[in-house]
Amino acid sequence: MSSSLPQNEQALENRVKPKRKSAIATFFSNLSRSWTGLIGFIIIMTLIVISLIGQWITPFDPYFAEFSKKLLPPMTEGHLLGTDQLGRDIFSRIILGARVSVIIGLATALIAGLIGTIIGIIAGFFRGWIDIILMRIVDVTLSFPFILLVLVINAIIGAGLRNIIISLAVGGWVIFARVIRSEVLALREKEFITACIATGVSRFEILIKHIVPNLFTPIIILASLQIGTYIIAEASISFLGFGVAPPTPAWGNMLNEGKDYIFSSWWLITFPGLAIVITALGVNLFGDWLRDTLDPELKGE
Amino acid sequence: MSDTILKVKDLKIQFKTGKKTVQPIRGVDFSIKKGETLGVVGESGSGKSVTSLAVMGLLPEKTSEIISGEIVFDGKDLTNLKEKHFRKLRGNDISMIFQEPMTSLNPVFTIGEQLSEPLKQHKKMSKKEIETAIIAVLTQVGIPRAEQIIHEYPHQLSGGMRQRVMISLALLGQPKLMIADEPTTALDVTIQAQILKLMKDIKKQHDMSLLLITHDLGVVAEMCDRVVVMYAGEIVEVAEVKELFDNPLHPYTRGLIESLPSKNTRKNRLYSIKGQVPKPNEITKGCIFANRCPFAFSKCFEETPPVQHTGNHMSKCWLQDSNKDEVS
Repeated sequence: MSSSLPQNEQALENRVKPKRKSAIATFFSNLSRSWTGLIGFIIIMTLIVISLIGQWITPFDPYFAEFSKKLLPPMTEGHLLGTDQLGRDIFSRIILGARVSVIIGLATALIAGLIGTIIGIIAGFFRGWIDIILMRIVDVTLSFPFILLVLVINAIIGAGLRNIIISLAVGGWVIFARVIRSEVLALREKEFITACIATGVSRFEILIKHIVPNLFTPIIILASLQIGTYIIAEASISFLGFGVAPPTPAWGNMLNEGKDYIFSSWWLITFPGLAIVITALGVNLFGDWLRDTLDPELKGE
Repeated sequence: MSDTILKVKDLKIQFKTGKKTVQPIRGVDFSIKKGETLGVVGESGSGKSVTSLAVMGLLPEKTSEIISGEIVFDGKDLTNLKEKHFRKLRGNDISMIFQEPMTSLNPVFTIGEQLSEPLKQHKKMSKKEIETAIIAVLTQVGIPRAEQIIHEYPHQLSGGMRQRVMISLALLGQPKLMIADEPTTALDVTIQAQILKLMKDIKKQHDMSLLLITHDLGVVAEMCDRVVVMYAGEIVEVAEVKELFDNPLHPYTRGLIESLPSKNTRKNRLYSIKGQVPKPNEITKGCIFANRCPFAFSKCFEETPPVQHTGNHMSKCWLQDSNKDEVS
């Protein structure tokens, strides 16, 4: 017995140690077990890399119009995805357009997420009249169709990248506020919160130290899923002619410009459309995987 | 008087639900001496937990109100205590163990982080001192390899282990009074026995008082010095534990004891008290137990029975009045 004890302890050490591998290593080992999550992650990373280095890897100048080469089909004269009605290279424009999508998706999720989370926490934790007022504002905002609301705000404050982000955030924070409020409501009734009060922790500390950390998971999941929505919304408003001003390539206004040629030159709208679909798919796959992975019930299994 | 650590006197609590008000606690009196274990038994809905939450000051502020009575802890009345001062008591002088060990720990923090909370709140200690104190108390509650456990998350522990962690959390402030709200209900029987033994030992070591809330008379017989039997927000009987089991006076207590399964005899049918605990809004005049009482007679439905004292044995039943013999 006495001789086996040190061995046991050694075994325990060994069993415990691999659990303390870094967060990044855990992330990748989890990711490699889910092919959907992996695909989503690869798509997102590719997108981010492209948006960062896009302007240096485009095979042609995305702004350069050459009318003699307009509406070339894919795979001709070095144009991988063909050219548009002004003779600009579609592949290059898609690469540069990724930047708009990524910036809008991330920035909106950040701003909307931050505002929505703070308001959700206030409403859920303090209840009372402040909750009623905030949630009625949320109800009213939610009663408008998202795209319509964004369009109206955008029409008021004007076009441009920054204004798109602002209008998307104004329309988008409500989802965060709703979800986070309900999470807080559920959390504050949990027994561990009562147990915490019973050890003499103040209300404010409970909010900051015990409720907020429990919100990270739903915030991350919601944000990752909303990014897809924002990218599509930006494409929609650009398609409708608002949004990013025309010479700047964005997938939405590429669709808008190409729609007149849908029967004669299908590649004009097919490839930007595909880019949007793949991006939205990647973000959603990754978001779903995140939700499954970060679920505390499934953690540690 | 000075050896009384907690005295609850004529406590009445009122809950507001919309425009209606209900009164789940109607005049509760009891006291706990230093080093004593007081059991509070009763069915679900008899007001045991509400009473304990009132002592901890954990009743929801907006919907509940202590309308009369006082809760005197160590010479201080807690009913009007400001939240700020109450916080100094909680986890320090009074601590509490909850029913559900599975949900009583915050899933996102390690055991060590959670256990350091009461020490950070109430004591000025360095990180190193806190860690030593935590490991000491974890070892004390019988947790093996405490140095590693403090880096683990709640979901990595079993129910029994988590309840041990909860007990050590309650112990860290070295409280004078520990309130345990059904601490073993969610655990399986072998673990129950271990936890009860642990609580008994720890109580003895630290010379604490223990308020044990339970519906399990077996636990009461094992642990308690004195027992309070609660029914529908009132105390119907108080006695020393041996006296209560040998000579139960109130029909409700008798019913509870009857309902215990016995390991030696196999009865055809387990005894049960018919009916349910009346909801606080269904209370009518007369004895609260009358409609379920097998011995009830006309007077029981008319007048509230007086408190009867026979030595240290208190009960609230007309049967203990002058005409007791002719009925039972």
